[in-house]
Amino acid sequence: MTDNDTTIKVLPVLTAKDFASDQEAKWCPGCGDHSVLQQLKQLLPELGIAPENIVVVSGIGCSSRLPYYLATYGVHGIHGRALPMATGLKIARPDLSVWVGTGDGDALSIGGNHFIHTLRRNPDLNILLFNNEIYGLTKGQYSPTSKIGLRTVTSPSGVIDHPFNTAALTIGSGGTFFARAFDRDGKFLRSIMMRAALHRGTSLVEIYQNCPIFNNAAFEAYATPDKKADNTIYVEHEKPLVFGKGKNRGIMLDGFTPIVVDLDKEEFSTSDLWIHNERDINKASILARFADDDSLPRPFGVFYAEERVTYEDALAAQIKEAQKNGCWTLEELLKGENSYEIK
Amino acid sequence: MNETHAEFNHPHITDVAWCPGCGSHILHKEIHLALHELHIEPENLITLSEIDEAIKLSDRKLVVVIESGESDMPGEGGNHFIHALRRNADVTVIIHNNMVYDPTNAQASPASQRSTKAPARVNGEKLKSFNPLEIALVMNAPFIARGLAGDIEQTKMMIKEAIAFKGFSVVDICQPCVIFNKINTCQWFKKKIHYLPKGHDTTDHNAAFRLATGSNKLPLGVFFRHEEHELYEDLASYRLNPALSAASAR
Amino acid sequence: MTDTKKTTRQVNVTSKTSVSVLFAGDSGDGMQLTGTQFANTVAVHGTELNTFPNFPSEIRAPAGTIAGVSGFQLQFSSKPVYTPGARFDVMVAMNSAALKANLKNLHRGGIIIAGTEGFDEKNLKLAGYPEGANPLHDGSLDNYIVFPVPILQLTREALKESGLSSKEVDRCKNMFVLGLLYWLYTLPLEGTMETLYAKFQKNVWMAEANIRAMKAGYFFGDETELFANLGRFDISPHKQHGIYRRVTGNEACAIALTAASKKAGLELFLGSYPITPATEILQTLAKKKKYGVKTFQAEDEIAGIVSSIGAAYGGALAATNTSGPGLALKTEALGLAVILEIPLVIINVQRGGPSTGLPTKPEQSDLFMAMYGRHGEAPLPVIAACSPVDCFYATYEAARIAIEHMTPVICLSDGYLALSSEPWEVESPENLAEIKPRFQPAREASAPPYLPYKRDERQVRSWAIPGTKGLEHRIGGLEKQNETGNVSHDPENHELMTKLRAEKIDLIAESIPLQSIDNGQLKGDLLVLGWGSTYGAIKTAVEQAIEQGLSVAHAHLRYIHPFPKNLKEILGNYKQVMIPELNNGQLVHIIRDTFLIAPVSLTKVQGVPFNEMEILTKITDLLKELKS
Repeated sequence: MTDNDTTIKVLPVLTAKDFASDQEAKWCPGCGDHSVLQQLKQLLPELGIAPENIVVVSGIGCSSRLPYYLATYGVHGIHGRALPMATGLKIARPDLSVWVGTGDGDALSIGGNHFIHTLRRNPDLNILLFNNEIYGLTKGQYSPTSKIGLRTVTSPSGVIDHPFNTAALTIGSGGTFFARAFDRDGKFLRSIMMRAALHRGTSLVEIYQNCPIFNNAAFEAYATPDKKADNTIYVEHEKPLVFGKGKNRGIMLDGFTPIVVDLDKEEFSTSDLWIHNERDINKASILARFADDDSLPRPFGVFYAEERVTYEDALAAQIKEAQKNGCWTLEELLKGENSYEIK
Repeated sequence: MNETHAEFNHPHITDVAWCPGCGSHILHKEIHLALHELHIEPENLITLSEIDEAIKLSDRKLVVVIESGESDMPGEGGNHFIHALRRNADVTVIIHNNMVYDPTNAQASPASQRSTKAPARVNGEKLKSFNPLEIALVMNAPFIARGLAGDIEQTKMMIKEAIAFKGFSVVDICQPCVIFNKINTCQWFKKKIHYLPKGHDTTDHNAAFRLATGSNKLPLGVFFRHEEHELYEDLASYRLNPALSAASAR
Repeated sequence: MTDTKKTTRQVNVTSKTSVSVLFAGDSGDGMQLTGTQFANTVAVHGTELNTFPNFPSEIRAPAGTIAGVSGFQLQFSSKPVYTPGARFDVMVAMNSAALKANLKNLHRGGIIIAGTEGFDEKNLKLAGYPEGANPLHDGSLDNYIVFPVPILQLTREALKESGLSSKEVDRCKNMFVLGLLYWLYTLPLEGTMETLYAKFQKNVWMAEANIRAMKAGYFFGDETELFANLGRFDISPHKQHGIYRRVTGNEACAIALTAASKKAGLELFLGSYPITPATEILQTLAKKKKYGVKTFQAEDEIAGIVSSIGAAYGGALAATNTSGPGLALKTEALGLAVILEIPLVIINVQRGGPSTGLPTKPEQSDLFMAMYGRHGEAPLPVIAACSPVDCFYATYEAARIAIEHMTPVICLSDGYLALSSEPWEVESPENLAEIKPRFQPAREASAPPYLPYKRDERQVRSWAIPGTKGLEHRIGGLEKQNETGNVSHDPENHELMTKLRAEKIDLIAESIPLQSIDNGQLKGDLLVLGWGSTYGAIKTAVEQAIEQGLSVAHAHLRYIHPFPKNLKEILGNYKQVMIPELNNGQLVHIIRDTFLIAPVSLTKVQGVPFNEMEILTKITDLLKELKS
């Protein structure tokens, strides 16, 4: 854990139950949001932060109901504006652990501008972006991550907008942490959320989340046992990029072009493979682009993590510098620096 | 040459309200020359200062050139910028990038270099600065270039190429703000810039990304052009495109 | 410094009560700096003072044109003054455009000091004078006293051995003018000299060149015959002994927010986006880090207010500042602040609208937007500042109401107040009202559950900030159940909550001062009711009307929502009520709507303030009608 004030030295042992609010989760049965909530309730006690020092902020959308179901402080704001709200809160109260629950419409469409600017500023926020590639709360319109051709109530002839690539957008905006997780793989999701919590700076976790009502099976290719092994790759820092049923396939870099190789053939071994490095922005950017190429498996895990000063720390340092001879008084404020005396 | 420049000026007197010495004057001349040399008639040209693809959807013959600043576009208009990038209409965006907000008197802008001191940020801009090319590249914009307002010939050629290109073209023009930016001055730009080498492969996306994100130098030239891409207006008019129908059949 | 006091010849010095001066030139001529320096000197001298800078919205509009004219008007006096003067007595015109743009506001018989280089063929053409015409020579200025002075040539002459480049030399010409005006009004040069030395600490030669140009102007007045007949003037000091500072409205707003945060024991957070003419509030606060102030220049107007809501939720005194187009963007978030019931100060520095409108010009046309510009039933307090110094007290009061009544408050200023300045006797901390946040204390696990929307007798809820043990709660923009704050779609509950939120705002009337009469009798023929920056013009006009023996009074509203409790009674004490506004009659609507009376409306929507003559004329006309 970070050494900020939110860590209480001797904490009563808390459990997931202590983080459940008295409100019943009102998401549809089978919605991936339940899984995220469950994992978060499991994770929060592990952080060792007292519930009163945690704030969950959200915008509008199905995922933005998240704060109501956690027994922490929470604000459910307006559509698209969770990030500036969380930023303002974090600047005013750097001692708090601030989490944001948002969706593809909330964060990337109406809140797109805040998304890119928050990432470049790097306040210490943990953003959980529930990506279901659809507008669920308003009943099934296409979102900025919907696939080309998807037929919805507002795209009866198929979507023609090229979808956002969340990973590429995060890296391009100067984000310091990007990871992708999946609602169906709870244990992995929790480990990624833990990484996000430990990262000092803005952590962006994109969670592929199934909407069983309006966009069912959008991520089926990464879910069913028969397809999952060949269609997904779990990246780990300093480990080679290996995937497939028997871990028999790998990714090699030819210059900057990723190529799938068969490890069963004698031609290649794991030592030829791309070794994942979370600190390499160029490689992270190639990894981000896997989503644009159907012949490549979809990566999950931490793509990129960079240590960079947080916004609130940089501001605090400036204030500390300005106050090196003490904090100025109200009297000095009212008198000003250019006052004059009339005798 | 003066005539060609004049034909794109407003027939009635519209005073140009930029400061003397502002790079915007030169940039405008470059745009006018490029338009003239491409034989684009003024009546087929629409110049906007905000992104609006609806125009392109309603009349495909038009040439649409959008001029904006680095605070109008990546600042307050950042959301429209990134969404226009992903949709890919055939428009040309020219960004006047002076790395500071000037019409409101010199606050730090999203493209300010870190540690720029500005009135609303007295101790220096401490954020990562916003690089329009970096985001355009990761968002797969098919045509990306950077020019310097002061270099008339090269910049004009670049703007010509961008306008002629079918697809969303982003041209970032470095121009010193003579009034408010005392760091990124003409001299500063002169030290930082260099043109991309002749051999630069404009189809290599990764190479373009590396060049655009390297922070010590400001390379100029066409970073990237990618011919095979689908235009938003094409998609919109081929609503019953068989390939699309197949893709969406479930 | 005795050399500026001695004169080589005996020149008459005449005492005057008040003088209004306009410095006008091209926006590159340094007129704002000249005006500011002159105002500083006058202020330190102890004279009463009111200033009004007026400049174009383009940073550098085309040189020499009317659009590029920049002006700085000030009135100084040995009695209190509330406006920069309806018309000016003296005009400095650095070029022909400056003369042409402002001549209509110069008193007949007024003085023109014209920089002759600005009246050459090129400048005359740019200003739009017909070919061959030159007002300095063609007799068109016969009704004024004209002094053509080759300002540029004399400056060059004075600085020929300064070692400065010709460009740098030419930029000193405004100092020549300043020196000449100091001579004319028997004012000392020392203050400006100190300022110049401080400004050019690292380039002392630059300070010295500027001072040389200023002295050249001073001695030009002293030594030439040009001004012999006119003589010099003396405006005697009026201010009482004390410590003063000069503030603009925008500076005053920034100081007030900081002062309120100190007084309330809270941290100050400002989330903001640059917009004319409100930006100086952000700029001033960004320099207040030594007071612990946190400013956040957001990516847009919406992020500006929403980040402030986040900070307010965290327990800071949070504020955002903007102008009309920005307030329009913030309206959805304002609704959130209303339903969350958290403290927030929104300073709206009004400018000409709609849309981009007239960015640098004042208007009072956002009153309706401040009152009603939100979706749903979302009332909030609206208060208005009436002078640059009053921007301090109005903003401080906005912060007090926001914190003590747990509500967003809109404080209205405008482009005129924002940039104008006046002397302010330094306020002492004890005179400022106490501000008491109602923080909810921590709760023991055995205590009953915390109810975030339980209210006190003023219908105000408590402020439970994160980090307080036992108060974990969730709030948001969805309608909430009374007391518990849980999401509720119950029809009766929504109506109850709507009424409770409105009642909370109405009850603020119980704790604000009663409306007072600024000037005039408590009963009479006509009440002139104003709000905002029209104060100075109304005050001056009503003073003059009373001197003429007319039955007129002046009341000026600070609180527009809710109104002071006695306003109805006051309005009933006069036969007629007249409301001057820089809009199309917005307060008239609200007064008519609230009190069912029919006030007379006097409106002006030209992007410039009222001048007192316009109001005085209307008063006279109305009283004639009443008598007949």
